Amino acid sequence: MDLAPVLDGFGVVLEPTNLLYCLIGVVVGMLVGVLPGLGPAATIAILLPITIGIEPVTAIIMLAGIFYGAQYGGTITSVLLRLPGEASSVVTVFDGHALARNGRAGTALGIAAVGSFIGGTVSIVALSFVAPLVAGFALDFGPPEYTALALLGILLVATVSSGDRLKAVIAACVGLLLATVGRDGFTGAERFTFDNLSLADGLDFVPIAMGLFGLGEILYNLEERHRAVHAPATVANVWPSRKDLRESSGAIGRGSVLGFFLGILPGGGATLGSLASYALEKRRSKTPERFGRGAVEGVAAPESANNAAATSSFIPLLTLGIPANATMAVIYGALLIQGVSPGPQLVDQEPELFWGVVNSMYVGNILLLIMSIPLVGLFVKILRVRSTILAPITVLITLIGVYTVNYDVFDIALVIVFGALGYLMKKLGFDPGPLVLAFVLGSLLEDSLRRSLLLFSGDPTGFFTRPISGTLLVLFLLVALLPLIRAALPRRRGNARRSARSPENKELV
Amino acid sequence: MTSPAGGAHVPGGPGGSTAAGATPQARPGVPPVEPAAEEFDLEEAIHQVEAEEHEGRPPAAGLLGNLVVAVAVVALGVAAVVGSLALDAGSARSPEAGTWPLVLSVVVVVLGLALVATARRTTDAERFSRTSWLVLAGLATMVVFVALISVIGFEIPAALLAFVWLRFLGHESWRTSVVTSLAMVVAFYLVFVAALSVPIPHLF
Repeated sequence: MDLAPVLDGFGVVLEPTNLLYCLIGVVVGMLVGVLPGLGPAATIAILLPITIGIEPVTAIIMLAGIFYGAQYGGTITSVLLRLPGEASSVVTVFDGHALARNGRAGTALGIAAVGSFIGGTVSIVALSFVAPLVAGFALDFGPPEYTALALLGILLVATVSSGDRLKAVIAACVGLLLATVGRDGFTGAERFTFDNLSLADGLDFVPIAMGLFGLGEILYNLEERHRAVHAPATVANVWPSRKDLRESSGAIGRGSVLGFFLGILPGGGATLGSLASYALEKRRSKTPERFGRGAVEGVAAPESANNAAATSSFIPLLTLGIPANATMAVIYGALLIQGVSPGPQLVDQEPELFWGVVNSMYVGNILLLIMSIPLVGLFVKILRVRSTILAPITVLITLIGVYTVNYDVFDIALVIVFGALGYLMKKLGFDPGPLVLAFVLGSLLEDSLRRSLLLFSGDPTGFFTRPISGTLLVLFLLVALLPLIRAALPRRRGNARRSARSPENKELV
Repeated sequence: MTSPAGGAHVPGGPGGSTAAGATPQARPGVPPVEPAAEEFDLEEAIHQVEAEEHEGRPPAAGLLGNLVVAVAVVALGVAAVVGSLALDAGSARSPEAGTWPLVLSVVVVVLGLALVATARRTTDAERFSRTSWLVLAGLATMVVFVALISVIGFEIPAALLAFVWLRFLGHESWRTSVVTSLAMVVAFYLVFVAALSVPIPHLF
């Protein structure tokens, strides 16, 4: 492996501008993780307009920082308030909050920070070795392979998304349909533009992501009864003791590795990683009854895993050009806006961008570790900021921000329309994630599909004559048909008690 | 496989929420198990945390609501089929502009029909309640914002939007609402107009 580009990457990271944006990214990420309401996908979407004026590498360093920073922040609310800010921190609640009730909140937060740091760092090192290999393997992918890969990626994300799988797949199809709006690249025909000039070039990614994730979430939260947040006044003794570290070192190690591998899978990501590693620790433990009552490993394992997974979910994006989850889809969109199309050629053609972003994560993780241990008290205070004051600020940033992209009032109207759609989708059980993901992959997918059909002179079975596209499509069919087969089989398991490992097994199918 | 009512609402999680696979059946009658109970069940515990997080949410929609949603999906699919056919559907041998949209819209129709068939078991849609009017009001302020911005600039619509959100949607006090909304507009003016000189329509 050639080390020169890797070292150049460190040069890129250490430029003052990039360091600054990395710091901004992780601080914003941590805040977002702490504050209830907006998730990382929504925040990154809302901040898309400000990335337009800056260098691609700087922009992505910041957005990546928001993503993994949010993993650190989510821990704080899980432990102190029993409110997981992010889905990936849900399992941390059990032992984290139990520890806090026993007066050991500081220990839980300290162990979580150390675990997150180690998990993140292990994952970056592994990414540095694995990513170029995957990219090299994918370099000679043709249109059929990309068709199959995009189809599988979208389906997997829809399958493990929150809520009903059927609805998630419908959302994905609608996303693909929205991507067809505008002039057709092959024939030049106008599609679904309703003679509107603003639609002739297709729908922009920015208003769709900002509307569905940003405004949609804010509107959805309006319906919630406001709960008073009782943050504890002080959190003492954040530094984990030698004993705690010894007890959790195994959990951190296993969590990091498990998180890394699950993060690579499309649709896998941080949530699955944290769940699986918690279940693993509980099964391995000689004293499983301690879990749920304040076991340090029960905090260490999922927190290491969700950070490792957050980092490794960059692999499919940066090496195949396939985002592994909703947040990655927004970062994919950000790259496209910057004129960079992520794919296997990225490592070779844009080494500075690739290694700059990857290596920035070391710096970001160090910054987060530095911030999270001594500054926990400060972040706890931020919990008192009222969402009623944050909401109108976010709405105005969205409405004015989307205008700054093209200086077009039509985009403001569009973001409102998609905000309303995002609200309705969340309300009615449709996850907006698959829609956005499918939208960003839409034109790639249609393009590859049409090229492939021309290649096979119109015979769809041609896909199965090539080993890689064939395998991927067989997987696609398996994932698509499995629920049907399962529904057809008589329900034997019914109310049988499921083992603690079952969630992981089920999500992996 | 349907997921419980709580499943759909974990805020913006990357890679999806745990609920989808973890708790495949909604069991409304079963009381949640305290996590510190004798035997700690991961699945139950996750279910409980999520249920707690969504305590403040409106109740799940009924059969009628689910049917309306499913029929709306079918209608959307049918409209897209009609639109695609108008575009020249082509064939597999010579894909035209309408081929891919046609495939997609047929899939939407089929999946929509599946939603109709499973409407009875669907539990992840919420009922529209009185609080839904708040959302409509919020949307209305945005529509007013976009309608007025080209005419009278962004300052007055922005202040109005912030005020309505603070006072009526957020139930802040009159004084906080007035002061905060004015402060926000000043801040936005300073950032976007004075510092970044964004050519957004403005009064002053």
